[in-house]
Amino acid sequence: MAVTIVNPQNLVYARPKGFTDTPTHYCPGCTHGTAHRLVAEVLEEMNILDRTIGVAPVGCAVFAYNYIDVDFVEAAHGRAPAMATGIKRVLPDRVVFSYQGDGDLASIGMAETVHAAARGENITIIFINNAIYGMTGGQMAPTTLPGMKTTSSPNGRDVETQGYPIRVSEMLATLDGAGYIVRRSLHDPKNIRLAKKAIRTAFETQVHGLGFSMVELLSTCNTGWGVTPVESLTWLEEHMIPAFPLGDYKIAPAVAALKF
Amino acid sequence: MQTEVFLAGFGGQGVMFAGQVLSYAAMDAGKEVTWIPSYGPEMRGGTANCTVVIADEEIGSPLVQNPPAAIIMNLPSLDKYESMVKPGGVLIVNSSMVDRDVARNDITWVSVPCNDIAEEAGDKRMANIVATGALLALLPVLSLDDIEAALNAHMPGRHKNLLPKNVDALKRGAEYAKQHVHKAQ
Amino acid sequence: MAREMWKGNEAIAEAAVRAGLEAYFGYPITPQNEVLEYLSHRMPELGRAFVQAESEPAVINMVYGAACTGARVMTSSSSPGISLMQEGLSYIAGTEVPMVLVNVMRGGPGLGNIAPSQGDYNQICKGGGHGDYHPIVLAPASIQEAVDLMPVAFELAHKYLNICTILIDGSIGQMMEPIQLPEMQPVVRKEYGWAVSGAKGRERHILTSIYLDVPTEEKTNLRLLGRWREAQANEIRYKEYFLDDAEYVVIGFGTAGRIALSAVRAARAQGHKVGLFRPISVNPFPYKRVEELCKQAKSFLVVEMNTGQMLKDVQAAVRNRIPMRFYGRLGGVMPFPDEFIQEIQEMIKNPGKPDDDPADLWYQRMMAR
Repeated sequence: MAVTIVNPQNLVYARPKGFTDTPTHYCPGCTHGTAHRLVAEVLEEMNILDRTIGVAPVGCAVFAYNYIDVDFVEAAHGRAPAMATGIKRVLPDRVVFSYQGDGDLASIGMAETVHAAARGENITIIFINNAIYGMTGGQMAPTTLPGMKTTSSPNGRDVETQGYPIRVSEMLATLDGAGYIVRRSLHDPKNIRLAKKAIRTAFETQVHGLGFSMVELLSTCNTGWGVTPVESLTWLEEHMIPAFPLGDYKIAPAVAALKF
Repeated sequence: MQTEVFLAGFGGQGVMFAGQVLSYAAMDAGKEVTWIPSYGPEMRGGTANCTVVIADEEIGSPLVQNPPAAIIMNLPSLDKYESMVKPGGVLIVNSSMVDRDVARNDITWVSVPCNDIAEEAGDKRMANIVATGALLALLPVLSLDDIEAALNAHMPGRHKNLLPKNVDALKRGAEYAKQHVHKAQ
Repeated sequence: MAREMWKGNEAIAEAAVRAGLEAYFGYPITPQNEVLEYLSHRMPELGRAFVQAESEPAVINMVYGAACTGARVMTSSSSPGISLMQEGLSYIAGTEVPMVLVNVMRGGPGLGNIAPSQGDYNQICKGGGHGDYHPIVLAPASIQEAVDLMPVAFELAHKYLNICTILIDGSIGQMMEPIQLPEMQPVVRKEYGWAVSGAKGRERHILTSIYLDVPTEEKTNLRLLGRWREAQANEIRYKEYFLDDAEYVVIGFGTAGRIALSAVRAARAQGHKVGLFRPISVNPFPYKRVEELCKQAKSFLVVEMNTGQMLKDVQAAVRNRIPMRFYGRLGGVMPFPDEFIQEIQEMIKNPGKPDDDPADLWYQRMMAR
């Protein structure tokens, strides 16, 4: 006999309103789903779902709009901050965010990212850093660690010929237009809670007109990395966090003073 | 009826503005007009030129190979453009900046010490206006009154006090040209 | 309203403002800088959006974003900058959102120069970016015509959910002519059934150019084609001069067309029955009208400031019915009317045969100079 366990008294976990019913296409173990959910929860909690416009990237999250239930546009590779700028300048009272991976944001779209921050463009970027190009099959990204094997650095990233990873948060934090720049991680529940708080702060920064906000989320790509989901979480903690230290890189005084 | 005027000189000698004054006067006189500059890096301190076409009907080309009238404000421009003036045309040369005569006798020309006359009229920056007066004395496409009205209507407000001096410069240029003209043979 | 002297680039900018321009994004490049400079003060003064972006790729993607809101949005650039925008233009075409593009063409290819040219005809009319799409392209020949076409450009862009390009060259951008500006239209913010604005009280809107499902992409291409065919049927524009009794017809667009007017007048004064056909909508191209002109003309002379890019469209309409002659100047050289007059005289003296290749004969003449 079937027992209904989902009733109001014992409901502790539900699909947020900002989520559609569509099952995600992400690989089992991937942290994109976690990041999507955090964004959806924050938009719901801030009651801004019906005035938010998302900008999807080119990369694994190209179909982010199938899952996060707000108005969405789909940008060209790397151009999401420019597209978000165009929307925000015409509709300044709406909430505009882009959701981008490391190849999209820190490689082909670095100019758009840096200049959106320099202009203090009042948009929010959710930056997924998993140190690899996931969708195209695991090639070297601008954030790939030295020595890390990818399909385009099969012997490990050789810094002599392939250069060094870019620490985006540290770089953007030097810009006066940036209001809120932090790096968080999605490798365990505690850090996921901290990540959600940061995403909330980023959107609050925008809603209060305090300039450019970005949350960099250290994420896993167990498929691209060639490890199990559990191993990927450990690998993130052991290898990525030392290379990309978690922390608050820029919190403008007005952002620090926000109460919500 | 269509007339073309070519103006050339160093940047800063006011050839662009002189061309615009002619254009405004032509527009106010109910004519069609185009003003087209040379543009780009050569504007930054090098030579500058523009062409003004004044006509009674829709203007086709804003440029002509052999303009029937030209104002040349410096020697490099004379060397470059002297041969371009249409036979039977009119050439005004600023002799304050050019130390030679015009070598052609198939055009009507006059050497006018524009800088000196402008200085006598109160401001050496009006050399372009002196040259414009000289041109209109030999090429009555517009009257001096048309130019005066155009200056009055289109000079920025802060320069309006210079209007009487400009009108004086215009008339001095015209007078000088009438007295010193070399007629085409 | 009294006529005023305006520089082409500034007049286009003000005409766009009066047509209800809500957002402009741009990047400096000669010879169109005055559009950017003018709007840098005019737009903020009216409380409208203006951004000088970091690059043309950024510009066109800002335009893309703004276009997705349904706003009247525009950018302007010149040849090399337009090349940089091609990616975004393809996305805009594929997403079916409206925008106005102003291309003030200069000499090329490559860095080229800043002189007037018509070398981008193929790039602008035949697509430029990847994929099957057909932008609407209007080629005014004077500042007044450009100003009059600005509101038309926005209306066409919105009607056909397409890119509408105003195609001019450096000479029109840089010159001054007396013009009458249109009246200021109010900015009307409409709620479109497709635009993004936040899904308040309605189903959410998603704007994208990705269709991984191949049959759906084919349907999308057919939808684009359907709208294009409608534009082909309804949006043909051209101007004719002295064609009533013309036995010879000169065909040129934009600046080459207006220079040809001087030449045609001079040829008429010499007693030749010559007329001028000046396409204004160069995409869609007035094929039918050109075809009709074959019936009255002994020969055509096509003039351009390129190697004969529009010539191919004229040839497609003529289909070897009558002989044709071509004359082009390249790389930023602006032809004088005298050159066209000579070509008209040569054409009348020796119209040639319908099967002659006008581009080949012109090349031989150029090389023999």
